[in-house]
Amino acid sequence: MALYSEKVMDHFRNPRNVGVIEDANGIGEVGNAKCGDIMKMYLKVEDDIIKDVKFETFGCGSAIASSSMATEMIKGQPLSEAMKLTNKAVAEALDGLPDYKMHCSVLAEEAIKSAIEDYEKRKEA
Amino acid sequence: MIYADNAATTKMSEAAVNTMVSVMTENYGNPSSLYTFGQRAREILEKAREDIALAIGATPKEIYFTSGGSESDNQAIRSAAEIGRLKGKKHIISTAFEHHAVLHTLEKLEKEGFEVTLLPVHENGLVVTSELEAAIREDTCLVTVMYANNEIGTIQPIKEIGKICREKNVLFHTDAVQAMGHIPVNVVTDDVDMLSASAHKFHGPKGVGFLYVKKGIRLTNIIEGGAQERGKRAGTENVAGIAAAAVALKEAVSKLSVYGETVTKKRDRLIAGLSEIPHSALNGDKDLRLPGNVNFCFEGIEGESLLLLLDDKGIQASSGSACTSGSLDPSHVLLAIGRVHDVAHGSLRLTIDESTSDEDVEYIIKSVKETVEYLRSFSPVWRNLVEGKAKFIL
Ligand SMILES: Cc1ncc(COP(=O)(O)O)c(C=O)c1O
Ligand SMILES: [Zn+2]
Repeated sequence: MALYSEKVMDHFRNPRNVGVIEDANGIGEVGNAKCGDIMKMYLKVEDDIIKDVKFETFGCGSAIASSSMATEMIKGQPLSEAMKLTNKAVAEALDGLPDYKMHCSVLAEEAIKSAIEDYEKRKEA
Repeated sequence: MIYADNAATTKMSEAAVNTMVSVMTENYGNPSSLYTFGQRAREILEKAREDIALAIGATPKEIYFTSGGSESDNQAIRSAAEIGRLKGKKHIISTAFEHHAVLHTLEKLEKEGFEVTLLPVHENGLVVTSELEAAIREDTCLVTVMYANNEIGTIQPIKEIGKICREKNVLFHTDAVQAMGHIPVNVVTDDVDMLSASAHKFHGPKGVGFLYVKKGIRLTNIIEGGAQERGKRAGTENVAGIAAAAVALKEAVSKLSVYGETVTKKRDRLIAGLSEIPHSALNGDKDLRLPGNVNFCFEGIEGESLLLLLDDKGIQASSGSACTSGSLDPSHVLLAIGRVHDVAHGSLRLTIDESTSDEDVEYIIKSVKETVEYLRSFSPVWRNLVEGKAKFIL
């Protein structure tokens, strides 16, 4: 039995949306105090729609795969929808994660929320 | 496939497999049965005991077969603690980077009123004997220091520790699970009172180990029941496994010097090659380490993703990363040698043996270099380091 589902391995081996958006207007970086994984999310928002999203991740297979899946799930979505993304939904979309790896998928949810908050703060300023 | 995780377990030698199969099919009797067929199994068992005793400089009566390294460690420490308790001595000395079979047993003893001193192992992963000597007290009943560490491979000054313990009249146990069959071990010249070993680390079967206990030291049972192992370890003996363990150890010991020389050369080439990766560091002393052990930290990456990608390239290795542990904590061994969490997260252990070819070594170096570079290319930690927003540690 493999550690991860085929979907996790696919997103881990061929992560979607990896990299940096130079003119991002929302950036969020979160770390997992428990295991040390760190995720950085870059958003390009136009008319409250996520036009583009990229990520950088320092972490395990499940952290990288959930970053990749989460970015796929919010790309093209309105901010209000993206705010509703849960780590559970990310894990489900990946055909599940081992129990002790669930905390790694929390990072993706938190990184997106943090990037959207950053976008909103910038808009106010 | 390049199997570079021999510290986790080893492939059984052909001779060991053959021995095991032949005992299981032809001599499957119970050594406790009095008829000839049972007594033939007893002969095999006792021959294995003799061979193992001979390989480590012990006498056959000083060898007790167990289910492996963990059980041997548990029984050795429990026994020494019991001897201490009867004399009112309840202080034990060990090190911060022992295997959990030792550390968790010591934690239990602490709850039972024992006091445990864990010696530091410093940046090079070695116990300083003067610090050990200074830690010994009137009420010290046991010193337990591993022969060689399972993660970073550092070889402890066992002879010197043995001498100190002898002079101070304190029992000395060593967990030699990683050393046995890889470097010379002799219970007499090393001055050890108790020693643990496990067959699956020296090309024998899993679930078989032994405990050497010097004559005159009273063992406490962990497993109660029948009178096997002179009443000190109940349960029908794993005759086939034990016979195979003896064959494997004899084989390993007979080629020890050639093994040491050739594997050390490959190890040093691996260390030199991986040292070319910027912001990396070898864990543990460069020379006082097991012939096949290479352990590195690479800054800015995480170990599990490195392992998964190396697996895709056909290389099996291991890591002390928090994400691989299942416990969310990075390796206690790497923390004990002063690696901070971030850096310990990016560790890689390669444990090679004589079957690793020179081409394998070059392929490993190339693959690790590529993979570390790839993972760094989208690591926010690496970006911060490169952009000067954080300071490089390595
Ligand atoms: C140093 C050390 N001690 C003890 C053990 C436990 O041995 P076993 O798996 O045979 O119980 C191991 C194996 O990982 C080890 O490396
Ligand atoms: Zn993780």
